[in-house]
Parts: sequence; C-alpha cells; structure tokens
Amino acid sequence: MAEGYRDMWGSLGLNLEAHEGLLAVLSDAYQNIYLSQKNRPKRMQYFDFVISEVHGQRIVELLKAKIDGKHIIGTFCIYVPEELILALDGVAIGLCAGADVGAEEAEKYIPRNTCALIKGFMGFKLAGLCPYVESADLIVGETTCDGKKKAYEMFHQITGKVYVMELPNKKGDDGRALWRNEVKRLADKLSEVTGKQLTVDGLKKAATVVNEKRKALQRLSELRSHDPAPISGLDALLINQISFYDDPIRFTAKLNELCDELDERVKSGTGVAAKGTPRVLISGSPMAIPNWKLHYIVESSGGIVVGEEACVGERNFKDLLPEFSSIGDAVEKMADRSMTVNCACFTPNDERMTDIETMSSTLQAQGVIHYALQFCTPYLYEAYKAKGAVEAMGLPFLKIETDYSMEDMGQLKTRVEAFLEILKEGARA
Amino acid sequence: MTLAGIDIGSRYIKYALLENGEPPVLVRRETGYDPLPTCRALMEEMRADRILATGYGRHLLEEDKGISTITEIRAVAKGARHFFPSCGTVIDIGGQDTKVVQLAPGGTVTNFEMNDRCAAGTGRFLEMMAHALGYSIDTFGLHCEDGEQIAVNSLCAVFAESEVISLITKGIRREIIATALHRSIVTRVTSLAKRVGIRDDVVFAGGCAKNPCLTRLLAQRLNKPVLTHQMPDMLSAYGAALCAGDP
Repeated sequence: MAEGYRDMWGSLGLNLEAHEGLLAVLSDAYQNIYLSQKNRPKRMQYFDFVISEVHGQRIVELLKAKIDGKHIIGTFCIYVPEELILALDGVAIGLCAGADVGAEEAEKYIPRNTCALIKGFMGFKLAGLCPYVESADLIVGETTCDGKKKAYEMFHQITGKVYVMELPNKKGDDGRALWRNEVKRLADKLSEVTGKQLTVDGLKKAATVVNEKRKALQRLSELRSHDPAPISGLDALLINQISFYDDPIRFTAKLNELCDELDERVKSGTGVAAKGTPRVLISGSPMAIPNWKLHYIVESSGGIVVGEEACVGERNFKDLLPEFSSIGDAVEKMADRSMTVNCACFTPNDERMTDIETMSSTLQAQGVIHYALQFCTPYLYEAYKAKGAVEAMGLPFLKIETDYSMEDMGQLKTRVEAFLEILKEGARA
Repeated sequence: MTLAGIDIGSRYIKYALLENGEPPVLVRRETGYDPLPTCRALMEEMRADRILATGYGRHLLEEDKGISTITEIRAVAKGARHFFPSCGTVIDIGGQDTKVVQLAPGGTVTNFEMNDRCAAGTGRFLEMMAHALGYSIDTFGLHCEDGEQIAVNSLCAVFAESEVISLITKGIRREIIATALHRSIVTRVTSLAKRVGIRDDVVFAGGCAKNPCLTRLLAQRLNKPVLTHQMPDMLSAYGAALCAGDP
C-alpha cells in the first residue's frame, strides 16, 4: 500500500523511512498471526482489509472528512462519550498504541518504568509514526491513572492539542456529580473546536449510531459463548480494536454480516477449534492494536479465548445509552453510562469482580487469565482480588504481567501451556 | 512397551527410558548451541514405543519429528509424585527458571508460579556466582560455611557479581560469601512458594537440588523437611516418560 500514500504521509509530517519499516513489520506479524489461522469465517475479509489500510485508506477518509468540515477527535479511553463527538459532527478515533515503538524518544520525557501503552502513544508521536495524532484536531485525555495523567502534560507540550477530563476515583454521588460536570465541559470544549452546537436531534442520531455498534459487538460476544467457538479470540480481539477507529456505521453493518455467518456456524456446529477446546477468559489491561501477544500464545498453544473483560472488549459495549429527552438529560446519561465501566482506576471496584464472574459463566470459560501490563499498577493490584473471585468459582486462575516485547515469549508460552493442561485435566475429571 | 521422556533444558538434555521390569535408563547430555542432533542421537540409541518431549526446547522436537509435548510443570509434578507419593508441592530450580508447583491430593497440578523473564535465583545464577568465587558448580554447596551473617541483596546475576567482588575486596572469606549467595536464592524461591501456597510434603527437584547447602537452607526456611531424589534433575524426563504411558 505504501506507494500511493507516500505524499499523504509526507504532508502529515511522518518519518517516511521509519514508517515504512513499521508497516513492513506489521504486515509480517499479521501474516504470521492472523492469516495463518485455520477455519476463519469468510467475512473476516473486511476486517483484514481495514487493518491493512489502517494508515492508508482510513487516513484518506479522515482527511476528506476534514475538508468536508468535520473534526477529528482523538481519545484514549472509553470514559469519553463517543456520542458527544458524533453529535457535533466529529469523527472519534481511539489513539491507544499497542506496539513497542519509539521508546527511546519517549523516555526523554517519561520515566523508563512506565507502562508500554503510555510509552507507545508517546513513542508513536515522537518517532513520527502516527497519522491519527497528526490528523487530530483535538486529543481528549483523562485522569485514569498516574502515568496517563502526567504523560498528557508532556503530550500537550508536544502536540498542543490535548484536553484532559478529570475522572473521579470513587463511584459515589460526588464522583458522579464531578463526572457529569466534566462531560458538560467536554461538550462545551467540543462545540468550541467544531464550531457546532448540540441539538437533541443530533444527539439522538449519534446515540443510535453508537448503540447499534455496541449491539453488534454484544452480538459477537454472545456468539463466542458457543462451543465449538465460531470465531477465534484473535479475530474477535481484532474486531474490538478496529471498532475504535473505523467508520461506525460501516463497521456495524460489516460486523452484523459477519455475525450472520457466525449464526450459521453455530447452527451447523462449525467452529474454529474442536468442541471441547479449553476456553479462556482474559481480564485486565486494554490491548491496543497491534497487541495480539497473549491471544496468540493462548490460541497457538491449543486454547481458545472466549472473551475480554477489558476496555478493548466487553466494557466498551456491555451497556447501551438509554433514551433521553433533552440535551441536559443526554449529557447526564452519557456520564452515568461511562461510570458503569469498571476500570481498576476506581476504588473500590468490586463491580469488576462481578463482571468477571458473569462473563466466566455466560461465556462458559474454564479458566481466567489476568493480564496486566508491566507497571500498570491499578490492574496489578486488582489481580489479587480477581484471583480470589475466580478461585471462589472453582476455576483455575493465571496471572500474567508483561509488555509488548517478545523477550518473554518462551516463558509465557510455558506458563500458558501449563495452564491449559490444568484446564484439560479439570475437564476430564 | 518402552516409554521415553526427553527434557530439553537450557543447560542439559535429559532422557529417561522406562521398560517393563527393567531398571530405568537415565542419561544427561549438554544442550549446547545445536540441541537437535543430540536429541536425535538419544532417541536413536534408546528407542521407545512412545515418547513425550518437555522442557524449554520441547517445541523443537515437535516441529522436527511431530513428537507431542507437555510442559515441564506437568512433567516434574508427575515425576516427583511417582517417587514421593506424599508430595503436594514441588520446588524446581533449573538452569534458567525456577518454578513452584502445587498438586491436588490426586496428583493433578492445581497451581504454579514461575520466575518472570530474568535468570535471578536460578541455576545459571548459581553457576555464575560459583565461577566468581573460583568454585566448580558441582561442589559449590560443599564449601558454604555459616558464621558471620552477611547478605547479598542483588538477585540480578550481573549486579550480584559486582556485590560479590566488593565483598571480596572487604576481606570477607569466600566460604561466607558462598553461604550468603545460597541464602539469597532460597529467599527468592521461598517467596515464590508462599505465593503458590505450600501443601503437604515438599519435593525439591532440578539440578540445583543436588546442592546440599540449598537443600539445607530451604528446609530451614520452610520449616519442614525437603525431599530430594538422588538424581533430581531427571524428574521431569522421568515424569514425561510416565505421561507418555498414560492413555
């Protein structure tokens, strides 16, 4: 794809040589991890195409949208209501980075012991590798964890585009009041940037678009509860990742088409892996594109991932935005909806344990792998509680702490294989 | 029927051949930089009807010869349990990793922990420290002396070596430093074991279980006897051979 887009990348100020290197690595990884999978649903083709054009066609679309008067709003977190962006004629793009890129550049600004996700988004920008950051008119951050909150200070210094929302630490009434005000302030900020005003009609249209997307993702999640699983965890993860940057209406239509195919598979008992393949739920830190490491290890070791209790996963779509009657009502409901996202940055956060329990049982998981990025302190802490919750259900639990590098692949593979051996023994007993 | 288990570790390849009624054949060879010919030779010299591969290099044989694999966690649990039926916990310190495995009363693995990424507290660490003090790894544990309590705080093999050098230059006898190094490994593995939870009798396996000082300090720290096989590094290969015979 490189040739046709060189001028566009150049005009966005990307480092062309490094960027081509990155695309080559990604394309190889995709070939090895994704295209080598067996029994894939045919309609994954669309998603294969979208990922292959992640820095190509999609950027062309964004630049065209800008010419048409739309604004590109980058976000890092699902607490930022997507409806609000769409209602003001914006395009919402999730900016999280899932590759080990530009770490040396990033470490000039942030401590070395920073999680790979933060290092990744800083690195992508600093190494001149992210056309999304370059296209964005506004980048919305949020005070989820200490690392992100402080990194945004530097990120603003570098890009001049960052607006930070204050996310509360507790889910009580005070926290809710604060967050409602924050969403209101974001609405004002977005109006200022886009030059547009919120209308009830615009909000309703936006709410329909985003809710339809959530429903399609819920449908995919439900389909994964079947044994044999009609789709691999890798493919489902990819679809969730793509949901953060693709055009939402087209995405929803294509995902529903895929789900129709998966419905057929379920009816005929066709799966990507044999019935009885050990089923794993993954819970923890978000996995941004192209972080496919843990799913790849599980599925190349004879297991199948049936769900992600994570922000790139179930938390993003499990709750719909309810009906609303006025702009004020909509803003409050958007704020309240995001407060049901049970991120480890909240205290206490027992609702997340309930989510793990519910997902384990609806998806028929036989074991839970807790995934935390190294230095992602909130999740590393919650691993302890998650272990208790999972073991109380009588399910095996494995805790993984890793980053984007490949240096620990051998050790992780041994641990995951041993975990799958335990699941198989359990199924036999 | 003859059964074999081959355990391709980071330092040694271990091969166990079990034949009905015959004493088991147990062989150990260096892994080196090209382990595949060594594996092929072992399998050629001691043919088996059924074989399973385990250890760090297990997938090498899976790709080369389509041999099925099990993890060293399951293998060592099976081997330890065979020789010590009362075993509920296995502590295995090998060349490049340390693991603690917890077993259910029936013998299945219920839980385990491994060291992550670096070689801190493993056999390789011990080997480097033995070298720094001018001992051979085989006799390192015989040279330890109790006496003044000093501590080596660093578990990173590189930093520990500089710590050792600074202790030497302070005039501390190498026998005392040797004990401190053994103690630091035991501290590390004990914290791993406590995370998993210690259940019933403890079997100490892996090459490091040949070291009398480690065994003694480990028993002291856990406050219970530690069982060791006379060839503790062969338990995983033996366990894999036993698993090869399972239906």
